[in-house]
Amino acid sequence: MTEIGAERRAAGRKEPDLSTDIGGIRMKNPVMVASGTFGFGPEYADLVEPDRLGGVIVKGISLDPAAGNEPPRLVEVPCGLINSIGLQNPGVEYFVREYMPFLRDCGTTVIVNIWGRSIEEYRLVAIRLSEAGGVDGLELNLSCPNIREGGAAFGTDARLLRQVVTEVRASTDLPLIVKLSPNVPDIGELAVICEQAGADAVSLINTLPAMAVDVETRRPRLGNISGGLSGPAIHPVAVKMVWEATRACALPVIGVGGVSSLADALEFFIVGARAVAVGTATFSNPRCALEIVDGLREYLAGHGLAGMDDLIGTLET
Amino acid sequence: MIYMETCRVEDNRGVGGEYRILVLRSEQIAGSVLPGQFVHVRIPRRNDLVLRRPFSVFRVRNGCMEIFYKVVGAGTRVLAETRRHAALSVLGPLGRAFPDADPDAEPVLVAGGYGAAALYMVAEACRRRGTVLLGGASAGDILLGTEFESLGWRVEVATEDGSLGLKGRVTDLLDALIARRPGEHFEFFACGPEGMLRAVARRAMQKGVRAWLSFDRRMGCGVGACLACVLDVRDEGGRRRRVRVCREGPVFEAGTVVWEEDPGND
Repeated sequence: MTEIGAERRAAGRKEPDLSTDIGGIRMKNPVMVASGTFGFGPEYADLVEPDRLGGVIVKGISLDPAAGNEPPRLVEVPCGLINSIGLQNPGVEYFVREYMPFLRDCGTTVIVNIWGRSIEEYRLVAIRLSEAGGVDGLELNLSCPNIREGGAAFGTDARLLRQVVTEVRASTDLPLIVKLSPNVPDIGELAVICEQAGADAVSLINTLPAMAVDVETRRPRLGNISGGLSGPAIHPVAVKMVWEATRACALPVIGVGGVSSLADALEFFIVGARAVAVGTATFSNPRCALEIVDGLREYLAGHGLAGMDDLIGTLET
Repeated sequence: MIYMETCRVEDNRGVGGEYRILVLRSEQIAGSVLPGQFVHVRIPRRNDLVLRRPFSVFRVRNGCMEIFYKVVGAGTRVLAETRRHAALSVLGPLGRAFPDADPDAEPVLVAGGYGAAALYMVAEACRRRGTVLLGGASAGDILLGTEFESLGWRVEVATEDGSLGLKGRVTDLLDALIARRPGEHFEFFACGPEGMLRAVARRAMQKGVRAWLSFDRRMGCGVGACLACVLDVRDEGGRRRRVRVCREGPVFEAGTVVWEEDPGND
């Protein structure tokens, strides 16, 4: 009897539509896993069904292999962690050969985060990934605080930002997402530059520069002295910046920064993000992104919303 | 296969000093964990602690896995306060196990402090019983001696303050053992602070002994995704490679590890 009742209720109520579109990238739902926290794809395969994610954003890939920074590379701080991994990766050729077969078959949207030490390197990685097949979009990392050359240097200088986005845009037909640094006076201004230079979307925020000291040894707690702060501690900062970016430009925004619960994700959607990515929270709960997908479906249904468009950008001020 | 299992706390008792044993009811992880593998435990009730904590599995008994731990910081303090019947989220089994012992070699287990806990399952699994060398700062840091003895292992002890056994380091015991039995074909299994591992590695390489070292590094994800816990090793071709302690380790053969500085005379 209860089954019949459940069927009737289901028939009378359409399942909410979780699908979303990020600058031409169709996604089955708006919850991805963020670059740097989900490896190169297969690491979490035993624990997370990738085909239930909205998308996977692969860890930053560069032209040549990169060894990253010296350990310790991670330190926990209240409500967050500081990392100084330094974009260690096996280089684009190895990535395409060893990881793309898994990613092509994983049943979800695949976005590859890319970085370079020069604009030319960004271009060459973008070209290689465009030919690889199976990549649905590129996320330009212009905001990593952990490498000396490239990284945030491109994302915090308006002139360089315009140049790198323009040149990569001219090198690939893949949808182009620009991941922005929070360490700027006006995030809206940079989002507008991305829009003018031909980006299809922006994602924000990357980590905030941070440092922790061991008071007994008086030494930095990271091998690289400082690193980037992520986790719940930075979420309110990210919400504010996503809100500013969505008001400043027409590009779709991916909200990243400290999402560890449905409420965190909802905040991003309400201030205008078209998708979110779960990062640090995956470490303590590998299924966090999947739980948010389920929670989001219930939230939409419970609030009588037919789909994401009824939720995105509905902030009342 | 890596599982994320909700485990009920069956017991959580102090065993002297800051050391405790956590007993967790587990179907999946306890049923598949191998000697040297570890688990990643989510700290309950504390959302401000965003990372899980890695622990070696001490042993598996009666459908439970036991974790032997030391209260050293905020996470382990919360764990110490966790009561019976509480539920803990555990990821595991993680990492690569110690390989099967060489049946032709005399096994020697070298433990610094609670590194002994990571070697207990090795002691259980070895067909051949050998010698366990336990080292620590003081008598209170010498752990599981009677447990190793009851498995049939010979136990030798060294403490830095001389409060139990030889006054000195665990590697002094190792030197004495090697000197006592020239021509013996040994195999070493070691877990402890990195300085100790380095000292064991140096002796192994000098004597041409195969040595398996279990490393402890600060970890993020535990499954190989975040690249926090890296270690430099050399592959078969002698090429330097940066690998993940959580995935390619935590157990490495001593000869493959690239040590950050010359071991010198430690």
